[in-house]
Amino acid sequence: MAAALPVRASVPAAGQAVKQHATWSPYDDNGGTVVAVAGDDYCVVAASTRMSTGYSILTRNKSKILQLNPKCVIASAGMQADQETLHKVLHSRHVTYQFNHRKPMACPAMAQLLSNTLYYKRFFPYYTFNLCAGLDDEGRGAVYTYDAIGSYERVGYGCQGNGKELVQPVLDNQLKAASPLALPPQQWLSSLPLEQAVDLVKGAFVSAGERDIYTGDDVEILIITKDCIKTDRLELKRD
Amino acid sequence: MMKLDLSCLEPAAGAGREPCGLEAAGVSGVAVDSFPLPAVADIDSFEREVVEYVKPNHGTTTLGFIFQGGVIIAVDSRASQGSYISSQTVKKVIEINPHLLGTMAGGAADCQFWERNLGRQCRLYELANGKRITVRGASKLLANTMFSYRGMGLSMGTMVAGWDEAGPGLYYVDSDGQRTKGKLFSVGSGSLYAYGVLDEGYRWDLSVEEAVELGQRSIYHATFRDAASGGTVSAYHVTQEGWTKVRGEDVGQLHFNYYPAPEEHPCNSKDPLAL
Repeated sequence: MAAALPVRASVPAAGQAVKQHATWSPYDDNGGTVVAVAGDDYCVVAASTRMSTGYSILTRNKSKILQLNPKCVIASAGMQADQETLHKVLHSRHVTYQFNHRKPMACPAMAQLLSNTLYYKRFFPYYTFNLCAGLDDEGRGAVYTYDAIGSYERVGYGCQGNGKELVQPVLDNQLKAASPLALPPQQWLSSLPLEQAVDLVKGAFVSAGERDIYTGDDVEILIITKDCIKTDRLELKRD
Repeated sequence: MMKLDLSCLEPAAGAGREPCGLEAAGVSGVAVDSFPLPAVADIDSFEREVVEYVKPNHGTTTLGFIFQGGVIIAVDSRASQGSYISSQTVKKVIEINPHLLGTMAGGAADCQFWERNLGRQCRLYELANGKRITVRGASKLLANTMFSYRGMGLSMGTMVAGWDEAGPGLYYVDSDGQRTKGKLFSVGSGSLYAYGVLDEGYRWDLSVEEAVELGQRSIYHATFRDAASGGTVSAYHVTQEGWTKVRGEDVGQLHFNYYPAPEEHPCNSKDPLAL
């Protein structure tokens, strides 16, 4: 006989008293900032590697990026436990997809899957703030931003997590293009040369690290092109 | 003592409520035991707390009205999480099918997910019955879904607009389960400002060009007064042939179009009471 699995805590029925600490919360914010910038034929994805709780640094080397396939990655800030669970769920769905379809999942499909996965936890959300980034079917850079319960949108560049208020304005200043909703349609994806995009992302992280206690230590950078994913690392101050 | 028979109000044994939406369709992966609930003592206060934690995208102005030339839908494009503007490029008109539009106000995820689900239900109806669903039918599908999740904290205020055999149609549906047929609606935090302009300029016999302009101007004025609205003003026109997008203009550009000279803006005019 199989060993008894631990029973999951369940919602108590009406009238059934359950003791719970008044201030207890299932959530914790472990910080972190994730950034993605799309170009004509590349996508740069970066995430700080510090993981904290309150004023304590738990580790200086926690990757926040899930590499699903050579053309699609997911970067998540927020609560580490939920990040890990979400990444595990998406990884498993991706493996199943490959068994069924004999090909890796395309970035726009993964973007929709992530949205549905987040929404399915609508009443007990994953405390994660995500970006889905990679290359679309035409080989152009693609970035999708989310809120915690699954609303999503394709953008030219995006930023999530604790440092977003510091990083997003820098990206807007350098990359803002016409609205994709404008009529007549205008070019809404601005594309920098790859080296400049990487420098912009690095610069944004250095600035965020100066003013955000949850952004620091290292930045893990992925450069996605049609040939491969290259990794780079930027050292931030460790204070 | 006599007791009223209220058994008809009791939920059927075993099932908490009638299956609906995803559950009725039996979509795998998102079935009856989906939407897991947290293991906390007080769910209501937990859901209120969650809003503070995850800060869903909010804040909007949308409007829709029927006139001689069809239906006009106009919306802004801002999403905010508290005081942070999380996007200026949100698509708040959801194109359900070539003859049906839905608008988005309230929680962005709730609107996006359930209107996408509505699009799927409408397509299934089409395949089963060999004809397009009516606006009345589509709005009722959405209202039924909303009613079944009543009290669960969903947040959605939407207009379903389209054209069917009965002519132009416009319904307001919200997360309380309310569903109202009407000629003119505005929904969202900026709706009061939009109503002010819209009610003043609305006539049944507006030309199409005048109607589109009225819709755009109403949203523009709402973005001017409501901090939670802004970005780009989009306008759609629905006719017998289906919908077309007719406007997409940045609010900054509109401000310049309406008031080319800053001193001509009412806010900057000379104060007659000044000494």
